[in-house]
Amino acid sequence: MIFALYFLSIDQLYAARIGELVESNSWDQIKRFFTFSDRGLQLSLIGALLFGSVCGLTGSFIVVRRMALFGDAISHAVLPGVAIGFMWGMEKDPLAILVGATIAGLLGSVLVQAIVRTSRIKQDAALGIVLASFFAVGLCLIRMIQNHEGASKMSGLKTYLFGDVAVIDSSDIMTMSVIVVLTFVLFYFLYRPLLIVSFDRQFAYSLGIPVRLLDAVFQMFLAIAIVISLQAVGVVLVSAMLIIPAATAYLLADRMNKMIFLAIIIGVMSAILGVFFSFLGSNLPTGPFMVISSSLLFAMAYLFSPKNGRITNWYRYLQLKSKVRKENTLKLIYHYLEKNAEAKEGVNIEVSELLRTSKGDTKGKLSSLRILEKSGSIELENKKLSLTNLGLEQASSIVRNHRLWELYLTNEANYAADHVHDDAEKVEHLLSEEKVKELELFLDHPTVDPHGKPIPGRGQV
Amino acid sequence: MAEIIDNSPALEIHDLIVSYQKKPVLYGVDIAIPEGSMVGVVGPNGAGKSTLIKTVMGLVPHSHGWVKIFGGDLKNSIKRIGYVPQRESVDWDFPVSVMDVVLMGCYGGLGLHRRPGKKEKDKASEALEKVGLEAYSKRQISNLSGGQQQRVFLARALAQESDLYLMDEPFAGVDAATEVAIVELLCQIRDQGKTLVVVHHDLATAREYFDMILLLNMRVVGFGKTENVFNAELLQKTYGGRLTALSEIADKLAREKI
Repeated sequence: MIFALYFLSIDQLYAARIGELVESNSWDQIKRFFTFSDRGLQLSLIGALLFGSVCGLTGSFIVVRRMALFGDAISHAVLPGVAIGFMWGMEKDPLAILVGATIAGLLGSVLVQAIVRTSRIKQDAALGIVLASFFAVGLCLIRMIQNHEGASKMSGLKTYLFGDVAVIDSSDIMTMSVIVVLTFVLFYFLYRPLLIVSFDRQFAYSLGIPVRLLDAVFQMFLAIAIVISLQAVGVVLVSAMLIIPAATAYLLADRMNKMIFLAIIIGVMSAILGVFFSFLGSNLPTGPFMVISSSLLFAMAYLFSPKNGRITNWYRYLQLKSKVRKENTLKLIYHYLEKNAEAKEGVNIEVSELLRTSKGDTKGKLSSLRILEKSGSIELENKKLSLTNLGLEQASSIVRNHRLWELYLTNEANYAADHVHDDAEKVEHLLSEEKVKELELFLDHPTVDPHGKPIPGRGQV
Repeated sequence: MAEIIDNSPALEIHDLIVSYQKKPVLYGVDIAIPEGSMVGVVGPNGAGKSTLIKTVMGLVPHSHGWVKIFGGDLKNSIKRIGYVPQRESVDWDFPVSVMDVVLMGCYGGLGLHRRPGKKEKDKASEALEKVGLEAYSKRQISNLSGGQQQRVFLARALAQESDLYLMDEPFAGVDAATEVAIVELLCQIRDQGKTLVVVHHDLATAREYFDMILLLNMRVVGFGKTENVFNAELLQKTYGGRLTALSEIADKLAREKI
């Protein structure tokens, strides 16, 4: 609904973009971007740095407190404040707009809380109500100003809807800098109480922390962070700049201070990338590009995060699988040797003989034999193979793991001897060296497994 | 109460009424807990055990009566209270380490913005050692088991160095060995002259754990030394369902706001 409203009025919301100042090809534009010679570009980049960092900082708390929806609502609720601030002097006075928007944002949050407290309406519905009605009032006010004043004075105001870094001038930068410094100082001093309130509200009360006051201060600075980002990103998308960089950082960090640090970097990066792309192509709005940039960064963290990325996990799984296949082949060789000759290095086995001892997937086994040859575990010659010293060590180790675990299960966990094999088939690949030593010590360096087979010792290699 | 000693009790609750969404959950609670005792709060589900603790903490407003802590009101004495909330009340995916959480307990002694220094860190490490989690201090809390999470909360309360501890189901979801360890720890705290009020839902163990028992089911069914209170008649009264008339009238009273 809201989106539909806007796209209806998109033709009127046209404003100057940084990219269209000079007609040139994109290569020249890239050069211009990196020489920082363009005055307008300099202001845009400083602006991106300022609001990107504040969004990362404030957004981190929004994300861990699960207030994402709340941030979205406040960002829409500021619009009537922007319009009224504009009406105050009938020109783009950053301070009047800042004050108006902050008041509107806070009023919105107070209303949400009042509705939740005094009626059966739950928070999500209350947020929806306040978000939409404030936004509607804002749209009406803007149109009224427009009808009254004509389009000439509107260029400053229109950008609040979609966002355009190009309209940021030096007086905006001044206001933004003061606010950014203030915000960082405040969060520095209130970091610990804010952390405690965010993690465990009830406990914060018990420490005598003024929880409600802290909430109010936080909401005020949230509103301010939204307002200073408005011109660059626009009302609709500004909450994305709060949520996406912080959510990306949340995927990557496991401590709050690290998360905030990363969120600030990602916020600034997204903002600057947005400026870059919009500079590159003429006539492209900056806000959407900033949000797209941050979404791409999020997607990368989601897929490649070293801790839990989807692709990282998948890669790890593939690695484990290939390790298991390799180890199983070594085990097969070991078993064959144990049965037909002696588990020693250099004893030749016919490859076809070996393959006959187990069912299925001959191709896979042949390929893992080739891999084993490459890694120096076996020697392959003339359709015969033999274990090298390294290979024997690896094979003994996997068989040792298997038989130790079987023994552990029968002795300590009271498993029946005929039930332990399948479990050991999996566990043998996962036991770490320390765990094996622990097991050996615990089982008093056993030599025979529950089925009477010898457990390969370490010394015999 | 016969047990009241001459100086003011650690926790005194007078004629307390608490309503939740206009339904009363606690009615006419009137107790005085002497310093240095370990009190088990026992009662069926929905008896208002957690609500009682939260009301004492000022987290839930009461409609009648008063609460005094060491003879003073809550505002002045809140820093003397250590609170152990239910484990489920927080988000265990929160990006903090075990040490971070325990350090939160030291916050009261620090100012609004001072960062924890060596003294606080030592105190927190000591608390972690007492609950047997010193090896986990750098772990993120989402990697802990239920019992370990509970012990982190206890360590945080220990780091608070309070005089009165209010604990909401510290044994919930904890294995038997951990439960024994926690009880031992609680006894140590009691032996230092501190007061503990512990919500507990297991009748079988309540008898051996606590010096005093508060039997609660909307109203106080029995309160006193364990051997005096823990009898079949009172337990039957506690667990034998609500007093319908009391519940109905109290309901009406709250709704009409007389």
